[in-house]
Amino acid sequence: MILDGKCPKGPIQTSWDRHRFDMKLVNPANKRKYKILVVGTGLAGGAAAASLGELGYNVEAFCYQDSARRAHSIAAQGGINAAKNYPNDGDSIYRLFYDTIKGGDFRAREADVWRLAQVSNNIIDQCVAQGVPFARDYAGYLDNRSFGGAQVSRTFFARGQTGQQLLLGAYSALSRQVKAGSVKLFARTEMLDLVVVDGEAKGITIRDLVTGEIRTHVGDAVVLATGGYVNVFYLSTNAMGCSVTANWRAVKKGAYFANPCYTQIHPTCIPQTGEHQSKLTLMSESLRNDGRCWAPKKKGDTRAPGEIPEEERDYYLERKYPSFGNLAPRDIASRAAKEQCDDSRGVGPGGRGVYLDFADSIKRLGEDTIRSRYGNLFEMYEKITDENAYKVPMRIYPAPHYSMGGLWVDYNCESNVPGLFVLGEANFSVHGANRLGASALMQGLADGYFVIPYTIANYLAKIKPGSVKADHPECKKSIEDVTGYNNKLLSINGKKTVSEFHRELGKIMWENVGMARSEQSLKEAIKKIPVLREEFWSNVKVTGSGAELNQQLENAGRVADFLEFGELLAKDALHRNESCGGHFRVEHQMPDGEAKRDDENYCYVGAWEFKGVDKEPELHKEPLTFENVHLAVRSYK
Amino acid sequence: MNLTLHVWRQNGAKAPGKLEQYEAKNVSPDQSFLEMLDEVNEQLIKNGKEPIVFDHDCREGICGMCSQVINGVPHGGQERTTVCQLHMRSFSDGDTIYIEPWRALAFPILKDLIVDRSNLEKIMQAGGYTSCHTGGVADGNAILVPQPAAEYAMDAAECIGCGACVAACPNGSAMLYTSAKVAQLAVLPQGQAEAAQRVCDMTDAAQAAGFGNCSNHYECQAACPKGVSVKFIAKLNREYQKALFK
Amino acid sequence: MRILTSSVGRKILMSITGQLLIIFVLIHLIGNSTIFFGPNGINAYAKHLHDLPPLVWAFRLFMLAAVSVHICYGVMLTLENKAANPGAYAVKRNLKKSFASENMIWTGVLLAGFIIYHLLQFTVHGTPDIVVGLDAANRVDVFKMVVTSFGHGLISVTYMAAMVMLFLHLSHGIPSFLQTMGWNNEKTIPVYATGGKVISAILMVAYISIPAVILAGLLKL
Repeated sequence: MILDGKCPKGPIQTSWDRHRFDMKLVNPANKRKYKILVVGTGLAGGAAAASLGELGYNVEAFCYQDSARRAHSIAAQGGINAAKNYPNDGDSIYRLFYDTIKGGDFRAREADVWRLAQVSNNIIDQCVAQGVPFARDYAGYLDNRSFGGAQVSRTFFARGQTGQQLLLGAYSALSRQVKAGSVKLFARTEMLDLVVVDGEAKGITIRDLVTGEIRTHVGDAVVLATGGYVNVFYLSTNAMGCSVTANWRAVKKGAYFANPCYTQIHPTCIPQTGEHQSKLTLMSESLRNDGRCWAPKKKGDTRAPGEIPEEERDYYLERKYPSFGNLAPRDIASRAAKEQCDDSRGVGPGGRGVYLDFADSIKRLGEDTIRSRYGNLFEMYEKITDENAYKVPMRIYPAPHYSMGGLWVDYNCESNVPGLFVLGEANFSVHGANRLGASALMQGLADGYFVIPYTIANYLAKIKPGSVKADHPECKKSIEDVTGYNNKLLSINGKKTVSEFHRELGKIMWENVGMARSEQSLKEAIKKIPVLREEFWSNVKVTGSGAELNQQLENAGRVADFLEFGELLAKDALHRNESCGGHFRVEHQMPDGEAKRDDENYCYVGAWEFKGVDKEPELHKEPLTFENVHLAVRSYK
Repeated sequence: MNLTLHVWRQNGAKAPGKLEQYEAKNVSPDQSFLEMLDEVNEQLIKNGKEPIVFDHDCREGICGMCSQVINGVPHGGQERTTVCQLHMRSFSDGDTIYIEPWRALAFPILKDLIVDRSNLEKIMQAGGYTSCHTGGVADGNAILVPQPAAEYAMDAAECIGCGACVAACPNGSAMLYTSAKVAQLAVLPQGQAEAAQRVCDMTDAAQAAGFGNCSNHYECQAACPKGVSVKFIAKLNREYQKALFK
Repeated sequence: MRILTSSVGRKILMSITGQLLIIFVLIHLIGNSTIFFGPNGINAYAKHLHDLPPLVWAFRLFMLAAVSVHICYGVMLTLENKAANPGAYAVKRNLKKSFASENMIWTGVLLAGFIIYHLLQFTVHGTPDIVVGLDAANRVDVFKMVVTSFGHGLISVTYMAAMVMLFLHLSHGIPSFLQTMGWNNEKTIPVYATGGKVISAILMVAYISIPAVILAGLLKL
């Protein structure tokens, strides 16, 4: 099937404005009659719940953490982009749009990206009004920095905790609506099923993580803002609770999963130290503004970094990409680091690491300046590694960080299941095959504050509110299904723990579907995952019962979904017989090792329809057209 | 290294709890404290026992989910460090470690090391925001914010809402948590319009939720993994006095 | 009235009344030190003070009110605080809390007991063995009364012990007052902590010097 993204036609500059006018509105007096269920309270979900509540809708918001403030958006460090052009350095909506399309390696929809660039300015204003303490210059104006490969300074930041501050802003807006009574918050609840009635999303089935109660909440529309899926690699920079579960359960009810193979591997993470490790810690890539990446020229060089003379160091990013140097985009920087390590020139435990050296910057700017810029990151690095990065270079290695793929949505952020809207990292829309730095925060808030309030009205205006009640047969069935599924997990009583399976899956994924993928490695993964899945369902040990706080059961459900989803990810990667952005197929590279796209055959969004476990998923395509940015080879030389 | 753990086990809010002893074997100094517990749990599961439940999520010290009192100090007493960022190299072979949940009237225990912190939410809902509408706000640069004010606000806004301040406070008071938000918004022009109402509403909510009163022990600041200063409590007190005369 | 019921309001009341009491303690010390000038010093001072009965009573009532508020809220807040923290930690290590800050209620209660005893002794003259007479100038002979009383070792030691309580109470009370009034920031926090101890110590030493000097036989009838 050919999917229709429903993008507005005509000049892109006015597309969103025209679309906003064309959409239907819900009468103010009628808004409270509509109930909207928002799953996830990160930047996208929190902003959406707050904004929809403020408009007068009856909102219920759900999160698995004990507070809406703890969603993993909180961990974003670097900043948020906006096309304000405050520094007068040539930025514009068009340039942000252009950079995002190009950065995404021409695999995103133009209209969505334009809208994102357009509303980026509103986001900054909104956050400032909420009391987000953005960095200011001496005169009191908002400060900007250049970030993640952008050649203009368009990134707004709040120390190294921009995500935290933006999330707390959204959380404060949400708290205000909770007090006003327009939003009801359900913390420590996890969505385990989507209730679809007559083809439309009408509710969710959740598990109360404290009491174990499984119940259905019905509404007139469901908004998923449940984040990304890179925990499929087990070790990633995501929080321990991040999972594909909400999305995957929606997929099982008919939603399409788009571009799952687009995963972002972040170049500046702290390398793994051992098997015991449960997660990887990211350090903001703003570090690359002042740090220089290098590896020893000699293979297997075990000398301490200080003993390696300048001429025996390979500043590989500066060598390969003279104009962008250490600021090359994430996928390029990550792959370059992997190449050094694959070439036996890696450093640290297991040789999986490269140096990020601040010695030159400290010499040039002084330690105090570096401390004022990155003090908290150096502190964090020291806590984890016990090394002082002012004295010895940091060791970094790439780690799974973000997923550009997600549920397929049209221009209205509505999935192929009517009434099911998907926002933020959970959808696939704007980042194409690779996300630029400081764009995730922008997208989450854009979707939540400035897109969904308009587009959901267009849907709601067409339906009758409250048509499905909690005693609907579909709700009962959903509760039975979820209960049965959980009981099955509890009854296996095998020998291996949930974490062991997750680790094994992660290993398969990282080795075969990680930074560099080949037909052979992907086929290997597609062969191994179902075997592991089968073992999981016959040999997993989940202690306790379903009627209590049971973290093993929660994790078991999430890992079970990863075991199905991982296979789809590998299949998508295998089918996409080209390299683009975060998806790198070793068969498709330029002579110098750059990603080689195949625009003739793969310039489309690949959205997968679930047909059942162990059955072949069906691919649906949405062709991508580029009218405003010409398809070109992405070059950062 | 090998360690002896005494961990608080409590099966539900109403059930009685007690400390139980476990052995953590072959712990690597590079492990984080939670990874050490993960391994203890793996062993418990394999032996058919109930694993220890504890709150955790981001494991990089920012989400505020982790909440354990280690050897009598919330987050273990290493300066500016959450439990998840505490590494085993700060312990030595043969150590005995006591692990307990946050304890305060306003934080009922749900299970083992997990407590219910929804009372902190009530404080925030009482006024921890500016009442701006989505859209319809001024340009970000329309109102200048002096750099010192922005820095001061950011210092306060570092709070991760973990509740260590309450757990450490001999009075079970949430004044540091409350003051961080009050101070952040009181120093920014965007928050000043509602400052008087906010400080009254938030402190009332804290009182109503069963948190104690501040009596200036300053245990909160010492336990805070983000080093939020009690100077913000002084700021809250100032704001409160201003509100009294409004 | 918000100030009477709210958490911060009551704390402010505690702090203001506490400060009034500190001011009183200072003035009282200056007055008492007239004892070092002999009978003519302190007896004249006492006479001046009591020459205006309405003023004396107004002042006494005012102080009584301040003390009452301070004690009532002190007890109330302490009970609330105890309730808010069930104190069920098997192991609790405090990083900052001091003996003084922890025991405000007990040093406070002991001081309250001492004040009653002190008033009973030197104001009401209700304690046994109290020597009350008139001096040569027909004034109440406070000097004789004090010197004979402090000549008893037990009484002197009681007074000295009470002043140690005062030191503990004020060493936390003074910085607390400044914090509660909001006159505090990052730089002043440690200054106040030290300042509070120094001032309290000076007050303690100065007060103790009176019974000590008498007990040592340096100040005689």
